[in-house]
Amino acid sequence: MSRLSSGGLIDRARPLSFRFDGKGYQGYEGDTLASALLANDVRLVGRSFKYHRPRGIFSAGPEEPNALVELREGARREPNTRATLVELFDGLAASSQNRWPSLALDALSVNGLLSPFLGAGFYYKTFMWPAHFWEKLYEPVIRRAAGLGRAAPEEDPDHYEKANAFCDVLVIGAGPAGLMAALAAGRAGARVILAEEDFRVGGRLNAEPGEIDGAPAGEFVAATLAELCSLDNVRIMTRTTVFGVYDGGAYGAVERVSDHLATPAPFQPRQVLWRIQATRAVLCAGATERPIVFGGNDRPGVMLAGAAATYVHRYAALPGKRLAVFANNDAAWRDALAMKAAGANVEAIIDIRPDIAAPLAREAERQGVRTILGGQVVATHSGLLPGATLSGLTVAANGRTERLAADTLAVSGGWSPNVHLTCHHGGKPTWRADIAAFVPGSTPPGLTVAGAAKGSFALADILREGAEEGATAAADLGLATTILALPPVADERYAITPFWHVAGSKGPAFVDQQNDVTAKDIGIAHKEGFRSVEHLKRYTTLGMATDQGRTSNVTGLAIMAELTGAGIGETGTTIFRPPYTPVALGAFAGHHRGQDFRPTRLTPTHDWAASLGAVFIETGPWLRAQYFPRDGETDWLETVNREVKAVRASVGLIDVSTFGKIDLQGPDAGAFLDRVYINTFSTLAIGKARYGVMLREDGMVMDDGTTARLGESHYVMTTTTANAGKVFQHLEFCLQVLWPELDVTLTSVSEQWAQIALAGPRSREVLARIVDAGTDVSNDGLPFMGAIAGAVMGGVPARLFRLSFSGELGFEIAVPARHGEALAKALMAAGETFGITPYGIEALGVLRIEKGHVSGNELTGQTTAADLGLGRMASTKKDHIGRVMAARPGIADPERPSLVGFRPVDRTQRLRAGAHFLTPGKAAEVGNDEGYMTSVAYSPHLGHWIGLGLLKDGPERIGYRVRAYDPVRGNDFEVEVCAPGFIDPKGERLRG
Amino acid sequence: MRYSFLSLLRNGLSGQSGWKPAWRDASPKPSYDVIIVGGGGHGLATAYYLASQHGIRNVAVIEKGYIGSGNAGRNTTIIRSNYLLPGNEPFYEFSMKLWEGLEQELNYNAMVSQRGILNLYHSDAQRDAYARRGNAMRLNGADSELLDTEGVRAMYPFLDFANARFPIRGGLLQRRAGTARHDAVVWGYARGADRLGVDIIQNCEVTGLIREGDVVTGVQTTCGEIRAGKVGLAVAGSSSKLAAMAGMRLPIESHVLQAFVSEGLKPLIDGVITFGAGHFYISQSDKGGLVFGGDIDGYNSYAQRGNLPVVEDVCEGGMALMPRIGRLRLLRMWGGIMDMSMDGSPIIDHAPLPGLYLNAGWCYGGFKATPASGWCFAHLLAKDEPHATGTAFRLDRFRTGHLIDEKGVGAQPNLH
Amino acid sequence: MRIPCPYCGARDAHEFAYLGDATVTRPDPSAADAPAAFHDYVYLRDNPAGVHQELWYHANGCRRWVTVTRDTRTHAISSAVFTRSGS
Repeated sequence: MSRLSSGGLIDRARPLSFRFDGKGYQGYEGDTLASALLANDVRLVGRSFKYHRPRGIFSAGPEEPNALVELREGARREPNTRATLVELFDGLAASSQNRWPSLALDALSVNGLLSPFLGAGFYYKTFMWPAHFWEKLYEPVIRRAAGLGRAAPEEDPDHYEKANAFCDVLVIGAGPAGLMAALAAGRAGARVILAEEDFRVGGRLNAEPGEIDGAPAGEFVAATLAELCSLDNVRIMTRTTVFGVYDGGAYGAVERVSDHLATPAPFQPRQVLWRIQATRAVLCAGATERPIVFGGNDRPGVMLAGAAATYVHRYAALPGKRLAVFANNDAAWRDALAMKAAGANVEAIIDIRPDIAAPLAREAERQGVRTILGGQVVATHSGLLPGATLSGLTVAANGRTERLAADTLAVSGGWSPNVHLTCHHGGKPTWRADIAAFVPGSTPPGLTVAGAAKGSFALADILREGAEEGATAAADLGLATTILALPPVADERYAITPFWHVAGSKGPAFVDQQNDVTAKDIGIAHKEGFRSVEHLKRYTTLGMATDQGRTSNVTGLAIMAELTGAGIGETGTTIFRPPYTPVALGAFAGHHRGQDFRPTRLTPTHDWAASLGAVFIETGPWLRAQYFPRDGETDWLETVNREVKAVRASVGLIDVSTFGKIDLQGPDAGAFLDRVYINTFSTLAIGKARYGVMLREDGMVMDDGTTARLGESHYVMTTTTANAGKVFQHLEFCLQVLWPELDVTLTSVSEQWAQIALAGPRSREVLARIVDAGTDVSNDGLPFMGAIAGAVMGGVPARLFRLSFSGELGFEIAVPARHGEALAKALMAAGETFGITPYGIEALGVLRIEKGHVSGNELTGQTTAADLGLGRMASTKKDHIGRVMAARPGIADPERPSLVGFRPVDRTQRLRAGAHFLTPGKAAEVGNDEGYMTSVAYSPHLGHWIGLGLLKDGPERIGYRVRAYDPVRGNDFEVEVCAPGFIDPKGERLRG
Repeated sequence: MRYSFLSLLRNGLSGQSGWKPAWRDASPKPSYDVIIVGGGGHGLATAYYLASQHGIRNVAVIEKGYIGSGNAGRNTTIIRSNYLLPGNEPFYEFSMKLWEGLEQELNYNAMVSQRGILNLYHSDAQRDAYARRGNAMRLNGADSELLDTEGVRAMYPFLDFANARFPIRGGLLQRRAGTARHDAVVWGYARGADRLGVDIIQNCEVTGLIREGDVVTGVQTTCGEIRAGKVGLAVAGSSSKLAAMAGMRLPIESHVLQAFVSEGLKPLIDGVITFGAGHFYISQSDKGGLVFGGDIDGYNSYAQRGNLPVVEDVCEGGMALMPRIGRLRLLRMWGGIMDMSMDGSPIIDHAPLPGLYLNAGWCYGGFKATPASGWCFAHLLAKDEPHATGTAFRLDRFRTGHLIDEKGVGAQPNLH
Repeated sequence: MRIPCPYCGARDAHEFAYLGDATVTRPDPSAADAPAAFHDYVYLRDNPAGVHQELWYHANGCRRWVTVTRDTRTHAISSAVFTRSGS
């Protein structure tokens, strides 16, 4: 055990058991998986992506490149999980990944031996011969070797939610700057959300033993937190990462509600996606330490200096027994000396700088820490066993090299401000030479930056900036603010001398540890001309791993800048985009999965249909009855045939409430309809309905349906189910944008009316039995295409339309939606003596194909009115939407495929929609393509399959044969072209 | 330098010291026979084919940033020829055939990988539409197969077959489709063009066109004036901006399309899958990341970034299709600016001004078109007549009504 | 992105349906040059990188058409007014 006996923000009263690679260990509440592993002396935790090199814990935060594990097991397995972010819980199970057969003995570590040949971009230069070997041999091998963890083997059993939050000031990060910003804005009365990625607020203050106002920093954190908690207008959200800045003050955040539990409690989501709408935001995201690159810098035991200090102070876990520090800045010295004071065995500090500030040097001497100034680590060493961890270093200083024993090397090449969110609107960070770091350039509207995220690394500055930016944000909202008293803190110098890479060091020197990008790879990219930062990234994969290059980007481009001779600022960074840290896909999806992927709309008669055993089918958002099977029927076609025959022979009913229904009222309603339909509606008699076709402005058919005139200035339109929303939007566009002078009001009444179609020779008799006295449905009272208002079922107001989609005598009865089910039952009762048959949309389709009506399969948006045989409907006496463009030669071309009917020459053959038409004898090639079959049905009336389709010169070819070519289903046979109306072509039945 | 096992071996033994730049970083000459504006895949392929197929080597490709910095470097790398309409399908099938020989031709491994694309359908109407499309593909000499539910299950048993809001009823499969490494396509064409003498000029932005009367005779750039016999624009995303320099308005809107990649995983998805009941498609890269996308954001934008609703919509589609990916993490997302044309299909044509040529309007489907687009644009530039497979991509089709509207949504770019 | 609907107040853009350029106007269909004018109206767009006046329909709100002035480079919205003036 390497756990200190006291100290740290862990609860020693709450021990927790966990397993890593099957072996049991113990940690405490407050630990992360990484701190608990270190406390248990587990130092080898992973294998790298490309060379499968042994890797240990490198950091203590989201920047972790190496310590990636598969967390949990079974359906909850989470690959690539950073051990540094995992809160320990009792029973936690994790395993290493990307290794076989075991972490210590990984067979693919042989890749490391081949590394001289596997430099940046090697795969672009080989694996090309012979061509078909790529998919069969090379790529499968590469794919199996690539990737890190494994996806869960089953469906994610946890739930996710989405939520919205609104605030005046969003403070991102609850370190010293964020606490002060939240306090300043909160005291001013602003509605504040303080979002913190960690499960504990305090940021770096949790990882350092420093004092604020003469007391341990932890007391400052606790007191500030207590005050923030006491303010009703401040909401503190821990375990919440703000991952993206979107337009108009929208921020995306993910809250890990129950990731710190073995499983979520019942009804508790695993994570919540927050959409936070903030007027102002203050980014207090801190900074990330970066390493110095040198040969062998990836051995387990090499870690960031600030991370080592974090493990010592926050988790009371010693990262090793013999520590050395390699640095180029004073902050790392303070970390080293504080670790030593806390009980870590820090044996040496190696600094590339020849001089160091006297107080630091004195303190090191006082604590007995050896210092090597002007020194560089030029090699690292470990035992010979596979997976061995760090055992020593070779240090070069003042012309001499010497070997030091150390199992832990804490490295610091300086700190990089976490500018990521400032770049989400395209802001480009700018280089500050004095701190050797990129700082925020332009920021998204409403977002300002404070503290280390802005490049201010001294605690006094961090506290001050936080207070100032919090107060400014509140003042921007018009709130009165007071200046916060700043607690006194010790002076801190950062004092960095930029240093990136130990040239000439021994062994591969890793810049991007997760993707195994070395300094030499950057050299290859430079030689081959991939010198812009984006080319560098894309060619070498630098910064493209799960850690998003947090510890490698700046170093990599600094090495490139050295090679090109350009400055780092001039070289620039790659662009940071959302998400700030990787976010679970499940969180973005929320509950939209499975049956809840999209809402389900049910018709007013759904329960009634279900009670009759209907089979339902998805049609857009709706579930509609597809058919109503009866006992003894063996397949759907048998059922549908019965339903179709019943309609033709007697009477049937179907719910057609899904049609769009639009109420139009106003003195100009008729004129308006004349402009949107190709045919005329202003002359329609009151009490009559008319079939109409409307075009898009480009001349193609948009939709069809019937519109009835209920009064002088009152019409009601029906649209197809699919286009209900689109047509309403289009009509509002015409009215509000094109012709605001027209006095018409549109109301969507699709939801308000249930509508049932009643069809068949007995339909009038059935209808007559449910209408109230005074509602006349005789042929005189309600002639073909008539539309009247009346009442049914004893006082239920109704609209009655004499319409037919089936070719039979038919009616549509609309009642207020709540009476829909009663209407269906009333019709069923009234029709019992006629054997009334409920039918589904399959039979509806057969009936309309038999009659030759077009529907969704023909209204593809690629067809003209003429294509559909409806061209003659167009009035020539008026303009309408689409008229001008429909006259273009390509649209008006008489050779365009147009609607005809088809039947198989061999009547036993089954037609298939989607078959293409060819002239018999012509080759099956695109130049001979003459159209395609749009809709097919088995006609029980005719006893064979029939179809509708679009055929070049179709109407002229009636009586001829064409070839229906359907190779995707293995069909190729001749069909006869016929008129698109297989039943009652004169329309006598529907007028009867 | 020819790439081979031997070159890798030699450089491995010599400490990787022998590599040469993949292409020269050229400075502009005063004039060229042809200038291609836009150093993306289409522009570089055009230059390559001008040199290799037509012997026109005095060519410059001018790029305002680094090559491949536009949509060539920010797409989801899918290649396919599963189009419906006769104006499109011959072209895309030609492109597929060029992909199939591309790496050997360029001596560059662009990881062209024909692992198949499966378009799922969820209703009878969708099935019929895919049958129509699959048959059209066959008529054009492409491959297509119509699968039923069991056929899909055999390929991808982990899709949500049990509890789906829109059950999977089958799919249209094109086995020859797949993916290619997008950056490598750019670099491979750049290297190939460079070796044939083409100048690739990066960090040089075109600021205006030089005209003598109506005739375009060169470009003004941030690197000075450069003359040319012919100027070809291949700047999808920015076509309207360049066209405005010629006083033209185009039937194009610029829209942002977001794309996404997950953390790297062991192999999960072999080919490309598109969801038919939402806006979602997905594949897995050779590095292991799930690469996926969905619908465009839907409003004019030049910002190369989108908003959360589309991110959510895409992930909802993903979870509806394959609910086992819920715990995988989205690693990066980015936006590209699409030339959304008014019928959803591209334009390869003369511009109204003599000397100016247009390659534009690729919507979100330009990557797969790269080889054929370059081939056809080079043909047009060299011979002043359209290539046989690109004859439908005329600018005047909007005037004549010979539209190529695969989706049937009309002059509404954000719906294509 | 949030659109300040003149009727409903600031609402997320996903409540709205987008149509496009608000500066084009439907030509006179009876004019002699109607075919050419309609071609330009239906198909040609300025498509500026910068300030753009565009039509949004508050489909999941008040169902009003709103003319929004927005910068296509930054998505910053400077104004939103009812398209049908005076109502």
